[in-house]
Amino acid sequence: MADMTISPPALSAPVPRPARFTRCTDEPRWLRWTLTILVLAVLAVLVVIPLASVFFEALRDGWALAVESLAEPDAWAAVKLTLIVAAVAVPLNALFGVAAAWALTKFQWRGKAVLLTLIDLPFSVSPVVAGLCIILLFGANSDFGGWLVANGYPIVFAVPGIILATMFITFPFVARELVPLMTEQGKAEEEAALTLGASGWRMFLTVTLPNIKWALLYGVLLCNARAMGEFGAVAVVSGKIRGETATMPIMIEMLYNEYLSVAAFTMAAVLTLLALVTLTLKSLLEWRYADQLAAAGGRH
Amino acid sequence: MSRTGAWSLRAPSPLPGWGLSLGITLTLLSLVVLLPIGALLTRAAGIGPAELWATIGSERVLSALALSFRAALIAALFNLVFGLALAWVLVRYDFPGRKLVDAAVDLPFALPTAVAGIALTALYAPNGILGGPIQDWFGFRVAYTEIGIWIALVFVGLPFVVRTVQPVIAEIEQEVEEASATLGATRLTTWRRVILPMLTPALLTGFALSLARAVGEYGSVIFIAGNLPFKTEIAPLLIVIRLEEFDYNGAVAIALAMLAISFVLLLLINLIQVWSRRHTAGA
Repeated sequence: MADMTISPPALSAPVPRPARFTRCTDEPRWLRWTLTILVLAVLAVLVVIPLASVFFEALRDGWALAVESLAEPDAWAAVKLTLIVAAVAVPLNALFGVAAAWALTKFQWRGKAVLLTLIDLPFSVSPVVAGLCIILLFGANSDFGGWLVANGYPIVFAVPGIILATMFITFPFVARELVPLMTEQGKAEEEAALTLGASGWRMFLTVTLPNIKWALLYGVLLCNARAMGEFGAVAVVSGKIRGETATMPIMIEMLYNEYLSVAAFTMAAVLTLLALVTLTLKSLLEWRYADQLAAAGGRH
Repeated sequence: MSRTGAWSLRAPSPLPGWGLSLGITLTLLSLVVLLPIGALLTRAAGIGPAELWATIGSERVLSALALSFRAALIAALFNLVFGLALAWVLVRYDFPGRKLVDAAVDLPFALPTAVAGIALTALYAPNGILGGPIQDWFGFRVAYTEIGIWIALVFVGLPFVVRTVQPVIAEIEQEVEEASATLGATRLTTWRRVILPMLTPALLTGFALSLARAVGEYGSVIFIAGNLPFKTEIAPLLIVIRLEEFDYNGAVAIALAMLAISFVLLLLINLIQVWSRRHTAGA
């Protein structure tokens, strides 16, 4: 861990340094130490130990049992369903994010502020309420949903409902990454491309897309992590049919409630590994392409 | 398409794709977000105010709503203070492994809530690694009490304040602090009168995000809460229970109350933010 921080003075001749000198913009040494240790301790108890405990609980009775629990057909079905849901929901949300960012940042029009607010709406709606909304619109009890069910296209308690619920929850992710960045980039480069005779699509593919690709990837990464892990909204609309509409998080809940602790924590460990991969990629993007990600604060 | 005129919808632009991009945006937005929320509001309007009030006013619903908002406020306040401290340590102090810690802050965003829920429960349960010692030494239980709910909500809201405040701290010009010190201010005074006002808008934004997330949180809470009616039953769980009983009207009433209270809270925070911006801009 220590090699990650840069420590230049150790290499060359000892730099003369006043022994008990603190700059006026520093807190006293004791306060710095206390604050650092306190903060790290809280972070360890809240984040690091729970993370480690997932793997500890999964491997409590050995690797064999953990691997065996993953080989169950229902567990497999859950993994596959989760991948399918993410494979549909994430590209659609990426498309939405790019389209919304294009409309919001390259043009001046009335109603922009309203659209920005509406895009952020899912952040302030509880996942459970989101699921309820989808049931009310598409459920068999509603006019529209009843018609769909009668024609053989059930949405609620089926895969399309899970996809819709996942999309609702992850809706703002890509757009929120792209809007600040594209606002900052302006539209001069696109206008230049048009002046030089590029068609609309060519301009988008050769000028806009290269400019936003890292931010887009960043948004897709976060969107995907949330999509694969969404629980509340999916729990409401899925109906929890084992092997059919149970995603990995739902499966974790069912196994946990049946006291199948090893199986529950093994599936949790798979999702935790996914989270760790996401974090690693995200950190890599932040370190290497910080200038090409949204410069505005409030990233997540 | 009208291109000019003071009352036209948009200013003229040579760039293509306005219609296409707005079309995609509005179609998906309507289908995924607006129509479902509209369905909720329509249903609520159909139920009528008398029945809505009767449902929301029942003792069980009131205590669930009170618990959800109380626990969310407590967690968001903790995250406000702790997030500020963490952001400050990450920007200003150097220690081995700082980048790793910085990356770890985002873990609650990346970790699925159900995973966080069962992990925290296993740790803080009376027979868990942390729950056992806490009960032996301090004599109270964490899991299956309201304290467990606080911990889960602190976990999910942890990154918001850090991530909104961190870039602002990084951009503070330290000359300002030096100036304050040369003018005779103690470090504490500089903190209170110079640094904190600069951070206030970002702190409020982070607080609001953390609060909004905590109020509606479901996945990480239901495992650790114990879910006893009147005691540790949060409002989102009560919505799920009502749905399982096919009491759609009951579920809609609770959802509406949650939306309304969240809306008022966020509006309030927004107003404070506008006020504080004006306040600091004038100083």
